[in-house]
Amino acid sequence: MFNLLAMPRLKQSIFLGLISAFLLSGCNWVLISPSGDIAKQQSDIMLISVWLMLIVIVPVIVLTLLFAWKYRASNTEATYRPEWHHSTILELVIWSVPLIIIIALGAITWVSTHKLDPYRPLERISEGRDVPMDVKPLVVEAVAMDWKWLFIYPEQGIALVNEVAAPVDRPIEFRITSTTMMNSLFIPALAGQIYAMPAMQTKLNAVINKEGDYEGFSGNYSGAGFSHMRFRFHGLSDAQFAEWVEKNRKEGGELTREAYLKLEQPSEREPVQRFAKVDANLFEAVLNRCVESNRMCVKDMVAIDRKGGMGETGTHNLASNATIGRKLGLDLSSQKTYVGTLCAPEIQAEAKSKVL
Amino acid sequence: MSATNYATIENHPILGRLTLEAIPLHEPILIFTFIGVILGGIALVGALTYFKLWGPLWRNWITSIDHKKIGIMYMILGLIMFLRGFADALMMRGQQAIAFGDNMGYLPPHHYDQVFTAHGVIMIFFFAMPIVTGLMNYIVPLQIGARDVSFPFLNNFSFWMTASGAALIMVSLFIGEFAKTGWLAYPPLSGIMQSPDPGVDYYIWALQIAGVGTLLSGVNLIVTIVKMRAPGMTLMRMPIFTWTALCTNILIVAAFPILTAVLAMLSLDRYLGTAFFTSDLGGSAMLYVNLIWIWGHPEVYILVLPVFGIFSEVVATFCRKRLFGYSSMVYATAVITILSYIVWLHHFFTMGAGASVNSFFGISTMIISIPTGAKLFNWLFTMYHGRIRFELPMVWTVGFMVTFVIGGMTGVMLAVPAPDFLLHNSLFLIAHFHNVIIGGVVFGAFAAINYWFPKAFGFKLDYKWGMASFWFWFVGFWTAFTPLYVLGFMGVTRRMSHFDDPSLQIWFQIAAVGGLLVAAGIACFFIQIAVSFLKRKELADVTGDPWDGRTLEWSTLSPPPDYNFAFTPVVHDTDAWHDMKKNGYQRPTTGFLAVHMPKNTGAGFILAAISALVGFALIWHMWALAIIGFVGLIAAAIIHTFNYDRDYHIPAEEVVATENERTRLLASHV
Amino acid sequence: MSNTHTANAAGIRTSESFYLKEEHHPANGTMLGFWLYLMSDCLLFAMLFAAYGVLGRNYAAGPSGADLFDLKLVAINTAFLLLSSITYGFAMLAMYKKQLGKTLFWLGITGIFGLAFLALEIYEFYHLIHEGAGPQRSAFLTSFFALVGTHGLHVSFGIIWLVTLMFQLKKHGLTYENKRRVNCLSLFWHFLDVVWIGVFTFVYLMGTLV
Repeated sequence: MFNLLAMPRLKQSIFLGLISAFLLSGCNWVLISPSGDIAKQQSDIMLISVWLMLIVIVPVIVLTLLFAWKYRASNTEATYRPEWHHSTILELVIWSVPLIIIIALGAITWVSTHKLDPYRPLERISEGRDVPMDVKPLVVEAVAMDWKWLFIYPEQGIALVNEVAAPVDRPIEFRITSTTMMNSLFIPALAGQIYAMPAMQTKLNAVINKEGDYEGFSGNYSGAGFSHMRFRFHGLSDAQFAEWVEKNRKEGGELTREAYLKLEQPSEREPVQRFAKVDANLFEAVLNRCVESNRMCVKDMVAIDRKGGMGETGTHNLASNATIGRKLGLDLSSQKTYVGTLCAPEIQAEAKSKVL
Repeated sequence: MSATNYATIENHPILGRLTLEAIPLHEPILIFTFIGVILGGIALVGALTYFKLWGPLWRNWITSIDHKKIGIMYMILGLIMFLRGFADALMMRGQQAIAFGDNMGYLPPHHYDQVFTAHGVIMIFFFAMPIVTGLMNYIVPLQIGARDVSFPFLNNFSFWMTASGAALIMVSLFIGEFAKTGWLAYPPLSGIMQSPDPGVDYYIWALQIAGVGTLLSGVNLIVTIVKMRAPGMTLMRMPIFTWTALCTNILIVAAFPILTAVLAMLSLDRYLGTAFFTSDLGGSAMLYVNLIWIWGHPEVYILVLPVFGIFSEVVATFCRKRLFGYSSMVYATAVITILSYIVWLHHFFTMGAGASVNSFFGISTMIISIPTGAKLFNWLFTMYHGRIRFELPMVWTVGFMVTFVIGGMTGVMLAVPAPDFLLHNSLFLIAHFHNVIIGGVVFGAFAAINYWFPKAFGFKLDYKWGMASFWFWFVGFWTAFTPLYVLGFMGVTRRMSHFDDPSLQIWFQIAAVGGLLVAAGIACFFIQIAVSFLKRKELADVTGDPWDGRTLEWSTLSPPPDYNFAFTPVVHDTDAWHDMKKNGYQRPTTGFLAVHMPKNTGAGFILAAISALVGFALIWHMWALAIIGFVGLIAAAIIHTFNYDRDYHIPAEEVVATENERTRLLASHV
Repeated sequence: MSNTHTANAAGIRTSESFYLKEEHHPANGTMLGFWLYLMSDCLLFAMLFAAYGVLGRNYAAGPSGADLFDLKLVAINTAFLLLSSITYGFAMLAMYKKQLGKTLFWLGITGIFGLAFLALEIYEFYHLIHEGAGPQRSAFLTSFFALVGTHGLHVSFGIIWLVTLMFQLKKHGLTYENKRRVNCLSLFWHFLDVVWIGVFTFVYLMGTLV
């Protein structure tokens, strides 16, 4: 068996050569040569895992074909041992070689998963370049809607639909949520994806290292308009970015809560929209599902629940979006019931006694 | 777009929300399919009436509790549903190959989304599951030297429940619509707010009804293997296929209740407006995603373990050699069975669990590749120093080995969380799981069909057409899915019905060509069966042991008599039949006894048919019919329990006649 | 392994050692099969418990278990169910002594306790829904109704089965098949008891006292 392993070494190297040629030809494949440091590191881990596994895969394929040929029934010259069915050494090899590879890969997994955890603030901009002490990440709040993306820049006070930009080499912190569906924010050139879910916030820390116009989309199927839930992500120089922000401030309208509730209605293939001004707490309200004025925020609900709920007085504290919907002229089939805000005095008193 | 707005429709007291508008008259593809199905149905009914086959069909098949006939019916169901699922696949390949830029393709999202959902659901639940269950049903009792399974009536009932589920899915094609949610129907998308139409309800009830069948069949086969083995067959002398069947059925019993529970919760949310998975009143969609994958990951191994068993049998037989590393094969199977329960989270690393949780599930996933790798090496070293006959089952096996390792490699790439953030939900993922499911389960099914067909029908399958089928499949598979791997690296995600970037189109076109090659492979397979049937005299197997087999199913007639074995075999070693042949076993020709057998019954079919009716009523909110049907279901079940007359004896003379005929055949052969 | 099946003294197997001349009677698998079914049912409950574990404190600013549960009522209900398990045990003892009449009597008592349990549960549910604390009000109530309701549904089926079985016992007596059925129902009935103890502790006691 060992002489057999030695023999196809030539074939092995040819095979490896072919594989690397195949991978190199993919220089324009975004996952192999991305433009953001996080995606780059994720991609590197992917390639390392491929190489590690080829240690087993290649011999298995080669030996399968080799044995199939050598021990064909018509080749009566070949050794034939019909009762041979056990070899302790071989068993040891076939269990331990994969085991060793998996131990190596497991170690890489543990380290890389922690290092590249999307929630973890960046430590470096790219290989060998740490994040300078005084640089704070650019915060971008992303809302997955049916079926478009809303991006809010709290620092700049602007918002956009289906377009997002960031200066090169400045860490970006995405805070992500969704209105109804489960989506996934994915800009392949920048970094791996993370889900966007209603009433929850996920985070993605990343950085873009090259100027350019990149593609972004939802990576998790979310219904009818999903295929066109696309946006552009611009990697810009600092000057260009400032210019881009300025353009938004000039061209855009205002994203009030009413405007938001209208925007939230399902639509497909939305063109880019710009907003020069945004309600300051809009993202917070979206995340807590209380953009509607008569609705209790999730975080308040959770706080009340922690204290044991609101008792039987709270049972009937339900409201609906019917009035608001009618006022804004929205499709009434999307009517829903939710927990109301605490406006009735007895409920307020009860709630206060619970929370305080 | 859908003609009916189900969110606002009024409920009719008898018809529920079913109206004429539910029939998709505006979709030409469906209308032509419908006309085709109707014509085919009329032809079938006509033929059955003309040849007076209704009686025999009812007596010998529909009411049969013979595990062999039920096994064959499972396989037929699986193959029919496979054609439906594959038609869906071709439609997707066609759509994605043309829908670029201004060209929106021929399937609007409303239709395309149903197609990919139906494709996934059908291929997993109504193709792969019936094929695997059918094989286990047919082979396991024969391999362990038993006359039937432990609960023959339940076996019939299980089959008809599976068939009822499949029927509901087929009905959704012509009445109403199917789910547009993807094959696992994640909420919130599958919730009543986002999907008010009956599609998700079809999904729920088809799976719930079929799930009952699957669960009971799992219980049945475990008990059969534990209790009904021939004397002398200790656990470590069981054929590997029986071992993998045992582990698979343990997985079924331990996983399917989870699916039942999670789908029941989803239906409560949809029907009663409860708050399991909707966030407004404190529910959590993440709960659904976790629960469904706690079922979903073991499901992968439910499909693939028996296939590993098939390859083990095939390799040993066609290398004319004892399987290398029998016990390490058994341990590997057991380890996979257990580990398959602690890896579910790798399906959603991107949901935002912490790094430690992700690492744990990533590493536990990789660990599964160790026993799987050991299995591959065991097959490899069974070939080593063997005398390999490249009959069709062996060809499929070699094809499997070289294909499956690649699928394994890409699987481990996805198991590492960091790259998974890039590859998740991409076409790379699609290519990966088709790589293991086609390369594993489908290739295994073809190996099994070619291997055991002569046992079931008494003649071998034609070699030439079989080879044509293999090569079309093999080349077609790689042509269809290599482009998807490439597209995955380009960051293209799944379930898209339209693309903007024209540079991607060439890859989708290549993939579509691959799909056509696979279609040719499927055509060759059916031609193979037809040709073999015409040449059945030439290809006949009179010995019962056409391949020089090693396990007990080859010791009896092809096809086996109703009672399987005239005398129960006694086992002394693994590869019992090989051991018997080696030690000069002479088939006894006298001393036959009457055989005690269970009686056929129509109860299983009736119960399953009522279940399908109740399911249909619930889908369309026909509350009156649902209640009547449900009461009828319980009444029918109770009536069945009053039947105490469930078995009979095959008289000794009949056994003697059958066995004498075999003696004559064997003599004429030599 | 008995000697007749193994090789002869010289270690060479004769042709005759490879088959049984008499009919083979494998052990009956019904009890194992039924037990496997129960384990699968147990998993179903495990999922409902898990859902309750995840969602059981999400009151959506509504009432909690402490506000809603009437522990006295539930304690009486628990007693009914536990007693029904004991009376089922008496039925089993009577069956072993081949006393058909007594078996039927105790099965009847078991059924009455079961019905009483169900009646109280239905009353409790009716009361909750009437107060506006139905399964739609919050995720906590959803998971509560699903868990307790599924258990109640099982008890209902148990009672239907029990009545059916009583008719069958009356018709055919304590035959082999009937005894097996009584045994299966016994497993089922005690299993429901065990699940209820879990519900009582995990949902009611921990929901009100903690």
